[in-house]
Amino acid sequence: MKKIKYSEITPEKIYKNRRSFIKSLGYGASSLAVATIPFASQTQADDRNELTSYKDITTYNNYYEFGTSKSDPYVNSQNFKTSPWTISIEGEVEKPIKISMEEITEAFVSEERIYRLRCVEGWSMVIPWMGFSLSKLLSKVNPTSKAKYVEFESVYDPEQMKGQRYPVLNWPYKEGLRIDEAMHPLTTVVTGLYGKKLPNQNGAPLRIFIPWKYGFKSAKAIVKIKFVEKMPTSSWMWASPREYGFYSNVNPNVDHPRWSQATERIIGKDIWVPRVKTLMFNGYGDEVANLYTGMDLKKYF
Amino acid sequence: MRKYFKPGVFILSTIPFLLIFYKIYFNKLGPEPVKEITHFTGEWTLIFICLTLSMTPLKRLTNLNIWISFRRMLGLFVFFYASLHLLTYVGIDYRFNLQPIIDDVLKKKFIFIGFAAWVLLLPLAITSSQMMMKLLKNNWKKLHRLIYVIAIFGALHYIWLSKTIFFRPLVYLVIILVLLALRIKIKNRNVNYG
Repeated sequence: MKKIKYSEITPEKIYKNRRSFIKSLGYGASSLAVATIPFASQTQADDRNELTSYKDITTYNNYYEFGTSKSDPYVNSQNFKTSPWTISIEGEVEKPIKISMEEITEAFVSEERIYRLRCVEGWSMVIPWMGFSLSKLLSKVNPTSKAKYVEFESVYDPEQMKGQRYPVLNWPYKEGLRIDEAMHPLTTVVTGLYGKKLPNQNGAPLRIFIPWKYGFKSAKAIVKIKFVEKMPTSSWMWASPREYGFYSNVNPNVDHPRWSQATERIIGKDIWVPRVKTLMFNGYGDEVANLYTGMDLKKYF
Repeated sequence: MRKYFKPGVFILSTIPFLLIFYKIYFNKLGPEPVKEITHFTGEWTLIFICLTLSMTPLKRLTNLNIWISFRRMLGLFVFFYASLHLLTYVGIDYRFNLQPIIDDVLKKKFIFIGFAAWVLLLPLAITSSQMMMKLLKNNWKKLHRLIYVIAIFGALHYIWLSKTIFFRPLVYLVIILVLLALRIKIKNRNVNYG
């Protein structure tokens, strides 16, 4: 199936207007939006649902491999080589595989998925990703009965990634999910955004995105996916276990030790736009709350 | 010539304010403008704390009294920028919505200590006039030593809000500690500069 890229036929402005047109119909009428963007109240709905600009999405990033300031990834990642690229799926599986980026784009059709991103730092964006459910990719291998968690490893290449020359984090960047979280349809393999190829600063050539968790859970530039028995220690847990837990679900009731998570600022809005309330599971509770039934989310933060 | 020094320092001290005003007015603050204003006013408060604390050591170093004549004005600029910083947080960020602010002050130690520092600045700003100086006599000097505590609080405020102490929070802490340490030396030599 040939994929038509929106960018080939529509400039960003019309692309965005198209969204607002669809929005005016209500999300239920939209066949393009995979998941609706939930909102708390009508007054906040507009700011919450408006797509963040391509410029802000691609120039305001946390990607410490390319530097710790928000503008560093855009500046330092432009010459990053994303081809050839191979991803190894291994660990507690019957037959480990290595799959190239070409094979992935051949085998899986990326669709538009508009999700809210809530950063643990207290800001949020709305991003039109291109991608497909991670479960499709993971179904290429048969996990053994020992497999309980999935670990994601990002690329380690200090030659190309300036930030990795300093011990800011425990390189390579590692993240993890419980297997049921990894298999959830909302957990997305991202290959593009705004109908275009995924920019380097956003995690090219391939990253994951988990819309109900804080942004740092969504590892970028992935080279290894490993099924494991024990709960993996993510880079951020390793750096500061008191501040960053394994689950890191968006939760307005559980504060970060240094700041409150009750509200968030919407990226790209001027100073007169107020903070909005942060939603439980970033608003995706209907889809994912059942994964955590009976769990004390204050303890398992 | 000397009479132009003070107005000169005053004008220089307003530059950060004019700069942030310009950036707000012309929308040059990037995708997270409120954070930018908060960080900008906070950092300039720390810079003015360091400048204020530098005047006495500079006087000693250069044997020129002129430095002392800037001290009060620089101190008032600390209060000015600290108040802008607080106002950004209370007014722009939280829209004077007191409940989350009270929660923050009580639960988050960096906000508590930052707020405490601002409260401690109040009596210093109020008693900054020549008249108050005469009225309070020796107590004035004692009261105004609060700036040492405020400086430490300011440095801690920055350290506690940051992911790690490296490198900027550490730089301010070291500068402030050095400026305070210089005073201990002065005292040991039995010269009472305060």
